[in-house]
Order: sequence, then C-alpha cells, then structure tokens
Amino acid sequence: MSSTDTAPARTGGDSADVGAGLDALDAVSAQRSSLGEVLRTKALPPLIGVVVVLALWQGAYSLHLTSSYKLPSPLDVWHSLQDLWYQGTLFSIIWTSVWRGLSGFLLAVAIGTPIGLVVARVRPVRTAIGPVLQGLQSLPSVAWVPAAVIWLGINDSMMYAVILLGAVPSIANGLVAGIDQVPPLFLRAGRTIGATGLAGARHVLIPAALPGYLAGLKQGWAFSWRSLMAAELVASSPDLGRGLGRFLEDQREFSDMSGVLLGIILILFVGIAIELLVFTPIERRVLRNRGLLAATR
Amino acid sequence: MPAVTTEADTSAVDAPAGAPAVRIAHVHKSFGRPGARTHVLDDITLDVAPGEFVTLLGASGCGKSTLLNLVAGLDRPSAGTIEVAGGRPALMFQEHALFPWLTAGRNIELALRLAGVPRPERRAEAERLLELVRLGGSYGKRVHELSGGMRQRVAMARALAQGSKVLLMDEPFAALDAITRDVLHDEITRIWAERQLSVLFVTHNVREAVRLAQRVVLLSSRPGRVARQWLIDLPQPRRIESSGVADLSIEITEELRGEIRRHVQH
Repeated sequence: MSSTDTAPARTGGDSADVGAGLDALDAVSAQRSSLGEVLRTKALPPLIGVVVVLALWQGAYSLHLTSSYKLPSPLDVWHSLQDLWYQGTLFSIIWTSVWRGLSGFLLAVAIGTPIGLVVARVRPVRTAIGPVLQGLQSLPSVAWVPAAVIWLGINDSMMYAVILLGAVPSIANGLVAGIDQVPPLFLRAGRTIGATGLAGARHVLIPAALPGYLAGLKQGWAFSWRSLMAAELVASSPDLGRGLGRFLEDQREFSDMSGVLLGIILILFVGIAIELLVFTPIERRVLRNRGLLAATR
Repeated sequence: MPAVTTEADTSAVDAPAGAPAVRIAHVHKSFGRPGARTHVLDDITLDVAPGEFVTLLGASGCGKSTLLNLVAGLDRPSAGTIEVAGGRPALMFQEHALFPWLTAGRNIELALRLAGVPRPERRAEAERLLELVRLGGSYGKRVHELSGGMRQRVAMARALAQGSKVLLMDEPFAALDAITRDVLHDEITRIWAERQLSVLFVTHNVREAVRLAQRVVLLSSRPGRVARQWLIDLPQPRRIESSGVADLSIEITEELRGEIRRHVQH
C-alpha cells in the first residue's frame, strides 16, 4: 500500500548524528572569571565607596563645619577602637551581641518555619492570622521593648522576646511567599511521579520554596539584629552582659561622640559581616544551582 | 492516492487484540456549578492497545489536555470510567517540568525512588535511562545547562523511570524549534518501539500526529467528542516531509477545519 511514498525512510544513525550535533551546538561553556577580575569588579567598587565616605567625613572635620565634640575625625574614632582593643573588651562586647543575635535568630527560625508552613498550606489559618503576620512586619520591634520589660523584667529573656517578635513574622512571611511562588507545574509534575502528601512536601514543595524562604531568613536576621540593638539600648542592668547596644548608650552618657560613632560603625559592621559570611554564600549557591544567577557567572 | 488506510466510520476502528493498555469508556467531563456547567468532554470512548501509538488531535477547546489529565489521574471524570493497565501512567508536559534544584540524573533518580526502586540500583538505572535518550554523560548537568531538546529528553527519561508501560504526552514538543522537534520525533519513535510502550500523544499539529501515530483520533470542540479516526500504516521511521505524511495531513486538516467551521454557524 505504501508504494507511492517517495521519501526514503531515514536511518536511525542519521537522526542520532543530527541530535548529537544539536547538543554540541547548544552546549554552554561556563566561563569563570580570574581572581584579578573578581577583585577588580567585586571588591574595588565598595572599597572606593568607603574611601569616598571617609574623605568626605575628614573634609567636613577639617573645614570645622561643626564643633569637634559633635563631629570627631575618623582618626579619633580609630583611637576609640584602639582604646577598646587595649582594654581587652572589644571582642567580649561584640561577642555578647553576636551570640544573643544568632541564638535568638535560630530560635526565631525554629518558631517561624512551622508557622509559615501552616499559614501557607491551611486556608482558614491563613485567613485568620496571615494579615496580622504581615502587619507585624511593619511594627518597629523597639515598640515591643516596654511591654517585654514589664512582662519579663530586664534580663536576657526580655532580649530574646524582642528578637523573636521582630524576626518570626518576617521568617514566616518569607516561607509563605516562597510557597506561594512555587510554579503549579512543579506540583503537577511531582504528583505524576508519585510525590504526594509528605513525600510531595519533602521532595517538591520545600525545595521549590527554598529561594523565597532564604530571602525571608536574610530579612529575619536583619530584624533580629535591629531588635536586639533596640533592646540593648533601652534595657540597662548590671546583671546583663554588655553588648554593642549597651556600649553605644554608655558612650552617649559619657558624651563621647567618637565612641558613639564607633558603636554605630561596629553595629553596622557586624550586621553586614554576618550577612556576607553566612547568608550570601548560601543564597548564591542555591540560585546558581538553579541557573538563576547566570549573569554574574 | 495517500498510501494509508483511512476509516471514515467514527465508531469501529479495530484496535489490536488483547486487553487494552488504556480503556476510556463513556467519559464525560464538565466544569462549573450546576446550572452553569460547561461540557468539555462528551461521551468519549477510546482504547489504546498495548504497544499502540495513538495521537489525539483537535483544535483548542476540544478538551484533549483535560482528557489526558483524567487518564493521568490528576482529575476525575464527571461520568464514565478510565482504566490504565499497570497503575499510574507516566506523563510528559509541554514544559519539561524538571526540578531545577536537582541535576538531570537526580531528577530521574527521584522518580525511580518514588517508584520504589532500591537505592543501590538507582544510579545505574538513571545512567541507563540517560543513555537511552542519548544523554549519557549528562548525569551531573544542571537543568539550566541543557538545551530545550535535551531537557525534553531528560523529561522523557524521568517519565520512563516511573516504570509504567503507558506514556501520556501533552504536546511535549510544541515549544521546540523544527529541527529539534524532528530529531525528537525520531527518538520517541525509536524508544516507543524499543520499550514497547503504549503512547497517548496529544497535539494540535496534524503533521506531527501523522508522523508519529499508528492511529490518529480527531476530537471535535465544545464539547469534545471523537469525530473521526485514521489508521496509519506508513512504515516507521517516517519523515515529516514525506509525501505519504503530507497527503494524509491535508485530508485530516480539511476535516479539522470543517470541525472548527461548525462553530461559526451557531
């Protein structure tokens, strides 16, 4: 019956070669930039930024724009840092705050994650507390300090309470947003290969929601750190370890402006350092693995 | 004259003997509230024999994807029954739907794991499936490092990893360029024969339907009904540009256009 079919049947090998050729043409060769290039494009711009700020600061000081007890020179601040170093209290002050901040943050993760999961997946719970959870994010956590002091007194638990009230909503909201953004196609594909129920959550839902969750964690850390500084600034007690916020407030009481500036710089420095050392590498790894970071390769 | 057998009769195209791989019996599907229901599928009866390659062809709105979802068990019919031999069938989408947080090989291993393949065998089986789709050596590749055609081949390997002999395909090559699609037509034809799969393949591309299938089923639109079927006995592997495929495509396209024109008159 197929006598009039003029086109010759193609051999399997021919098609396989075409396929292999297409694959070779489509192959993406990943180029890694050299160390010198990375330093030039990544490290140099922020360094220039810092130098410019220092120069402007020094300029304002040299021109006597305001009295020097209000605006000390960068060198004065450097001397304050040296004093702190020679007193041997620099690291204990930083560590007191970092320890409180990180342990409070981990506690917030442990509490915020299940809350986020339940809010994202259980419709009535979402309607009930979803908007409240979102609203809480815009409440400055320093507003909780007076309440926490009355409930718990001036002690470490009060600090942790303020951290939790600041960080838990943003961690939970990040997870909710991450789950909401999971493409429905992944869930369908998961169901067709048998990932339903708990297996579906473990193998599809949670890994798919990871980028949003990580963004929430990053914000959660920023909120933890801010809340802690607010709590340390306000709460003064000899029983409490002396952290960065307390240091800052002490310098204000001594009217030591270069100490105050040093405190601000240290708080900023620790916040940025934790983000760069902990969160950025994790986030970059996750995004790169998923091909969402191709431009910066 | 086209070198094929065509059957004008809508009801009686004889499927090969034996219990069918897929049995769709008097299936209805409608959406919406009672009173304002949209009938998407109307009394669909269709068998796919073991080892048979069937393409479902139709314009948009004929419910071909809905039907495939029903067969895949992602949705339930409003009436009628659907039986699939050997349990849950494998399903491929127009999008590759591979998980970007896993490598190509790991995507396949996840399907193997969920299908109950013991851990020590998974790696070797995943490599074997990648060889089958001619992607040996791509085990550790990330999804974004693969081209569109390679992704669909990994998706095919993942579908096969489920171990089902029944493969449902929902316009799997629609988003690919013509050359890549041509290569993948050859691949699916080869794998279908090698693995003796039963395939139900949805498309709106008439030539693709004729290029691949042993039987083309034309669905009418709103509601979807089986309008006509063609048995195709051109030898495989066929070429999409061959005169045999072209002649029958013209005939089927005319029929399809007729189905679409019917909707203007109402």
